[in-house]
Amino acid sequence: MSGRAVPGETAASGERSASGAGTASMDVTEGRMDVTEGRYEDIHARLKTYEGLTAVGGVGKDLVNEPMIRHWCEAMGDTNPAYAGADAVAPATMLQAWTMGGLSGHGGRSEAYVEMLGLLDAAGYTSVVATDCEQEYLRPLRPGDRITFDSVIESVSERKTTKLGTGYFVTTRTDVRAGGEPAGTHRFRILKYVPAGRRRRDGAAGRAATAARQAVAEAGEALAPSREVSTPTGEALTPTRDASVSTGEATTASRPKRPRPVVNRDNAGFWEGVSRHQLLIQRCEKCETLRFPWLPGCNSCGCLEWDTVEATGEGTVYSYVVMHHPPFPAFDPPYAVGLVELVEGVRMISNVVGVPHDRVRIGMPVRLEFERVDEELELPVFRAVEGSGG
Amino acid sequence: MTTEVGPTRVGDVLPPLEIEITRTLVVAGAIASRDYQDVHHDAEAARQKGSPDIFMNILTTNGLVGRYITDHFGPRAVLRRVAIRLGAPNHPGDTMVLTGVVEDVRGDTATVRVIGANSLGKHVTGTVTVTVPGSGPEPVQRTTTDTTPEATAITREAIAPSPEATAALPEGRS
Repeated sequence: MSGRAVPGETAASGERSASGAGTASMDVTEGRMDVTEGRYEDIHARLKTYEGLTAVGGVGKDLVNEPMIRHWCEAMGDTNPAYAGADAVAPATMLQAWTMGGLSGHGGRSEAYVEMLGLLDAAGYTSVVATDCEQEYLRPLRPGDRITFDSVIESVSERKTTKLGTGYFVTTRTDVRAGGEPAGTHRFRILKYVPAGRRRRDGAAGRAATAARQAVAEAGEALAPSREVSTPTGEALTPTRDASVSTGEATTASRPKRPRPVVNRDNAGFWEGVSRHQLLIQRCEKCETLRFPWLPGCNSCGCLEWDTVEATGEGTVYSYVVMHHPPFPAFDPPYAVGLVELVEGVRMISNVVGVPHDRVRIGMPVRLEFERVDEELELPVFRAVEGSGG
Repeated sequence: MTTEVGPTRVGDVLPPLEIEITRTLVVAGAIASRDYQDVHHDAEAARQKGSPDIFMNILTTNGLVGRYITDHFGPRAVLRRVAIRLGAPNHPGDTMVLTGVVEDVRGDTATVRVIGANSLGKHVTGTVTVTVPGSGPEPVQRTTTDTTPEATAITREAIAPSPEATAALPEGRS
């Protein structure tokens, strides 16, 4: 939220985005956005090469000290006696504060990091939002400690489409040392993105709406908290509910459809089965090993000949996740996605329905059913067997 | 503020803590954390960047979450880990209510799930691991029945088959 990419930086890339630099006008052959199409190039492969490189490093500007601790505690309303007196320690959550550059900045940003952010800006991913902060504390910091820190670009995600827009999550990890000894680690994640409204709106009204949405969009998943406990997972599959209230998207458009399955000659038989309300599992003709999802050859013996068996539809939840964030236009989080083990022995991924998302449990018995999600698409889903809700 | 509590058990609910989000708090927190980005103290600059007002920086949120836990577990409590994710911004005039539930207890170390909600929704969700030396429960007991089984990672295609839409979670998420 602060737009701060790494510790110790005063000029985060968010400011760049706000000033509008680094967009289509920049002549970067591969990173240029295609204005006519309103599309932005996927530069994941190039971003990936920065993983593992140093982002920033340096020495804390101030020793760990009582005045800064006191000012922090005053701001936070923290009256914990552990932070004052002869044997005072600094609040653990000040970890990042000791690495900050303050008004005068740090200048410790590495060439690689500057280059990577420049690449993102040039390709149109100019906006930034901080999404996560994970800190581990290895030992308390005390007045007099001098900290050093170094930060690496830990990972760059594939391009993601989120409610805010499309872009890349960049995660940096900072190791903080005091007197050369590890004191803590600080992992920070930002999303560098093209705001969702940018390619669809023009003119002043559009810009105003975009600005409002950006503000709202910072709310992320949280705008509809009441659904948290009450929404049955089945509703996640129903395309009729209007997700726009939480996304801040234009409310006039009808809800987008769920993504279409990619049907090819290797899996066409599966989808033909679905259309007949049959869940078909491939079976190797030679060694009779069952396989799912559909593949051209047998993983066990390599044989290319196969036939199918129809699943009985009985299974259990082998594992699951609950999707909260980010929401996608055709989906309505939170909803449960299960890895279901069929009694035949293969596992498949689908929604678990008929039970609140927070009641899905590993081992829960489920039964296949076919759910029509729109006029063109039916999907196999798994309904919790009556009475099995945790 | 700090109260020593009895043995911590899975399922324990921490008393909520209400934080009035004043302009002063947002600015004081930003400055105390050495964060001089204008969106945390300059309302006009914040508006130009698409936000209706200034908003709390992540370091302050982190500090408040830490305080919420140490307020409850007392001055001997040592924070081991704080992992937070931000959602709805904390703007001046709002109120954030922090709530927490103990998710796990191992010896003298507890993991607490924390949510900070404001009028827009959840400002912050996260987990805090805290050790209170010597506080280990009588016999170390973990009530596995109460805990939600950790969902093991399954493939991202789970959510939707389109590569564009699979998006979802960045690596290393807690």
